[in-house]
Amino acid sequence: MRASPMRPKNGGDVNAQAKSSKLISGATGEWEVVIGLEVHARIMSQSKLFSGASTAYGGDPNAHVSLVDAGMPGMLPVINEYCVEQAIRTGLGLNAKINTYSVFDRKNYFYPDLPQGYQISQYQYPIVGEGEIDVELEDGEVVTIGIERLHLEQDAGKSIHEERSKKSLVDLNRSGVALMEIVSKPDLRSAEEAGAYISKIRTIVQYLETCDGNMDEGSLKADVNVSVRKPGEPLGTRCEIKNVNSVRFIMQAIEYEANRQIDLLERGEEIEQQTRRFNSETGKTTKMRGKEDAHDYRYFPDPDLLPLEIEESRIEEIRQSLPELPDAKKRRFMTELGLSDYDAGVLTADKPSAEYFETVAQGRDPKLAANWIMGDLFGALNKADLEIEASPVKADQLGALLDLIGDQTISGKIAKQVFQIMFETGGDPVKIVEDQGLKQVTDTGAIEAEIDKIIAANPDQVAQVKEKPKAIGWFVGQVMQATGGKANPQAVNQILKEKLGLDG
Amino acid sequence: MSVDEHTVQYIAKLARIEKPVGDELKGLVDDLNNILAWVEQLEELSTENVEPMTSVVDASLRVRADIVTDGGYPEDIVENARDARDNFFVVPQVVE
Amino acid sequence: MSELTSLSIGDARDGLERRDFSAQDLTCAYLDAIEAGSHLNTFITNTPEKALADAQVSDKRIAAGEARPLEGIPLGVKDLFCTKGILTTAGSHILEGFEPVYESTVTSNLWADGAVCLGKLNLDEFAMGSSNETSYFGPVCNPWKVDGGSELVPGGSSGGSSAAVAAKLVAGATGTDTGGSIRQPAALTGTVGMKPTYGLCSRWGIVAFASSLDQAGPITKTVKDAALMLQSMAGFDPKDSTSINVPVADFAAGLGEGIKGLKIGIPAEYRVDGMPAEIERLWTEGKRWLEAAGATTVDISLPHTKYALPTYYIIAPAEASSNLARYDGVRYGLRVDGETIEEMYERTRAEGFGREVERRVLIGTYVLSAGYYDAYYLKAQKVRTLISNDFKSAFEQVDAILTPTTPSAAFPIGDKVSDPLEMYLNDIFTVPANLAGLPGISVPAGLDDQGLPLGLHVIAPALGEETLFRVAHVLEDCAGFTHAPKKWW
Repeated sequence: MRASPMRPKNGGDVNAQAKSSKLISGATGEWEVVIGLEVHARIMSQSKLFSGASTAYGGDPNAHVSLVDAGMPGMLPVINEYCVEQAIRTGLGLNAKINTYSVFDRKNYFYPDLPQGYQISQYQYPIVGEGEIDVELEDGEVVTIGIERLHLEQDAGKSIHEERSKKSLVDLNRSGVALMEIVSKPDLRSAEEAGAYISKIRTIVQYLETCDGNMDEGSLKADVNVSVRKPGEPLGTRCEIKNVNSVRFIMQAIEYEANRQIDLLERGEEIEQQTRRFNSETGKTTKMRGKEDAHDYRYFPDPDLLPLEIEESRIEEIRQSLPELPDAKKRRFMTELGLSDYDAGVLTADKPSAEYFETVAQGRDPKLAANWIMGDLFGALNKADLEIEASPVKADQLGALLDLIGDQTISGKIAKQVFQIMFETGGDPVKIVEDQGLKQVTDTGAIEAEIDKIIAANPDQVAQVKEKPKAIGWFVGQVMQATGGKANPQAVNQILKEKLGLDG
Repeated sequence: MSVDEHTVQYIAKLARIEKPVGDELKGLVDDLNNILAWVEQLEELSTENVEPMTSVVDASLRVRADIVTDGGYPEDIVENARDARDNFFVVPQVVE
Repeated sequence: MSELTSLSIGDARDGLERRDFSAQDLTCAYLDAIEAGSHLNTFITNTPEKALADAQVSDKRIAAGEARPLEGIPLGVKDLFCTKGILTTAGSHILEGFEPVYESTVTSNLWADGAVCLGKLNLDEFAMGSSNETSYFGPVCNPWKVDGGSELVPGGSSGGSSAAVAAKLVAGATGTDTGGSIRQPAALTGTVGMKPTYGLCSRWGIVAFASSLDQAGPITKTVKDAALMLQSMAGFDPKDSTSINVPVADFAAGLGEGIKGLKIGIPAEYRVDGMPAEIERLWTEGKRWLEAAGATTVDISLPHTKYALPTYYIIAPAEASSNLARYDGVRYGLRVDGETIEEMYERTRAEGFGREVERRVLIGTYVLSAGYYDAYYLKAQKVRTLISNDFKSAFEQVDAILTPTTPSAAFPIGDKVSDPLEMYLNDIFTVPANLAGLPGISVPAGLDDQGLPLGLHVIAPALGEETLFRVAHVLEDCAGFTHAPKKWW
């Protein structure tokens, strides 16, 4: 017979006060913002959490729906093993405690995109307990943010509202897809911290390949809890802003909401505990419902499911199989590859960039690779509004370009030209250099001939450069022009010095 | 504990059953109070240190492999719906 | 061919095998009986064409020597089992017009074993009731009646199943038992009703009432029939996370083995106040039969028995309130239109649910709601542990437990409808086995002073079905219950 342990006591702790730079000045003095985030991350899996229907994004209406997902009478849930492992993997990535015993509960409420009339979630016994992650801010400050828990739950379907007919159309393709809800402790003290926190969560799940982190498709979004208080005072009444789906919006919503609450309090009014929504067009939050309309979810253990028990050895196996996570990767880039803190930070901020960099840097000068990626590549991608995964210049192609510089086939300057062509045509650098005859001229005879011509034609300049050796630049320019930029600059310099009688 | 008319209406709201009124409401209040008073005999029992039982099956949750084995029959999904269009379910507009 | 409908499943099987009659003959005999028995209101949906088509297939297989275990046996299905392309109502208005595109695992198993589908049997709405009076499709009449008396209930919630078996309208029927819904109606109709160990029969495709308690089982004329039917119904189902992965034993094989040496517990707490003397008498008689067959009876205590019903009436409605949330008019069944989605929900559910269902949904919603969860639901779960522990200790001493099935015989239609609590007390002896997930069986054992059937109830440890059937078989033998209702309909 199965009996479950007693209900535990919940309770998050509130961290130490924020630095004064994070406080907001009001008419009555400084205010501290206290923020907690509930991040919903859609798990990457083939099939749904409790049914064998596909999780593919999009699809014709109700095409990725099983009888279970549609809440047909008598249908029963059977859990997807991989989704459980994904949650464990994520928990480990958040340095959190994995619970070997967890329970699925029903969260009861009515909504047309919730076919069963309840969401299967986890309430008292989540699969992942407390953890923490380090978050780095713009100025280099590192703050540690506590994770309260991570639990598994089902996603809901989608209602499309049709103004013309005053009807809503319900598509259950998303219904039952596995989500992880990652709940932070109320440790965040500013919009910047919150933005950095969710970006870090996004990076971690992407590294782990447990969630694609795609905020446009709703793979990652957050409910944001905001309250304000005078520093040192107890927590204020909080408002929850539902379903914010970009880092920028989360930061905007917090700014707006904190100031709204401060204004109210400074006018002597009270904060009502509310659920609010964020309007991305106005940048404002508005009331959805107050405390009186708060849902009574009537959680209770789902009798269709048994408690989930996980062997310690399985957790260990998963731990062993974890990929290198962003913090470790950044440290390695700095200590082993000699990148600066800043460069290492940028290049590890998302997995595709880090992978790109590692491919390019493999067997080449890491600093040169970093410069090219962060300079030319990111610049071009930005301009073209492309993600690095969609870059027309693949990592091995950029690597090949660097090799051409390294073996002096082309100069750095020509390389920039080649890169532009590569970016536009997706072509191979070696071939581009060949086809367009961009190979560097290292044949000293050819260079000498050009130099002789230039010296002969410009006696005044020759006289001048003997007085002012720096004027040699003018000759270099002439030679490069004459050779279409292909002359090896070092060779040009050396021969010029000899011919002009300057000291090496 | 006992319920009054207001509470019964509140529970009905939670259960999305049209608010009972009049004699029907009075009848429900009586029925519910009788049942609640009767089940409250459990209070006689001390259950200190007794663990709650959620399932009679003495096993851990069985898992399935992550493969797509289901779906792909939207017509069947909306087959029994009173109102459906292009394989969507159609409902009165949802306003929050 | 009325004698064909008197045959047990076992005998009908033998007759079919000997070609004494064809599966179509047998099916036709039942179809005639069903038509003649329409007054009893046992069926919600008849499927005569399907039955005849099934029977034809059976005849071919029998002719080809490829008969399956239940080849050609005409059965009725409680209308809580989803049947593909056949109206499935759960006895409720709210499932109006619902024709599932799928077939429940249990009925699939029966058809795969050659059984013939006669149709869908009446029941209490969503299996909530003990008299079949809460059905949207009207009450079922018990074929048993006192001469000149009023019409009686067949018990519930599997009242259509029990009445149809008793009136010989079906060779056997599926039922479901959440708090006694197979065993109590069996007792009230002189039939055998068996609830297996929780998890033995898949719940996939059975309209859920209370998921931690619901279990499918057979209602039949004889104990052997129950064993044969269960044999086909049971089995591991990967689609039900609470299904038990054990091989299905040959339940009928051990029936003749007797019970010599078995220890049978007689729980003191089942001797309740106001229990009719004739039930007390029958119970004592049952005890003597088992002793005469070589078993030892042992007085045992199940101290928390009196708390089983109140525990059940917290847990079952709580689970039901959540299980029934899906009936919202969006995807299937009844829809009563409204301006807003909320209006549509509320009107649909007010119109679609009957009074008893509404009562239980409200109670269930209340005991789970904020502030009451611990006092009611959590408390009930803890008491459930105590009740389960009672049985665990008891089964350290005994192999099975003997009790009466019900505190009274069948009562007149309309008698207890107005008093829910009075009605709930019908399940006082059957509910504990559900709470503990144990198998139980009701065997017709005698008549009361008015000539109405009474049942004796055996409870066995989890997965103790073989023992359960052996004890039940001895009771059946000793009771020699050959009474049948006089045909008055």
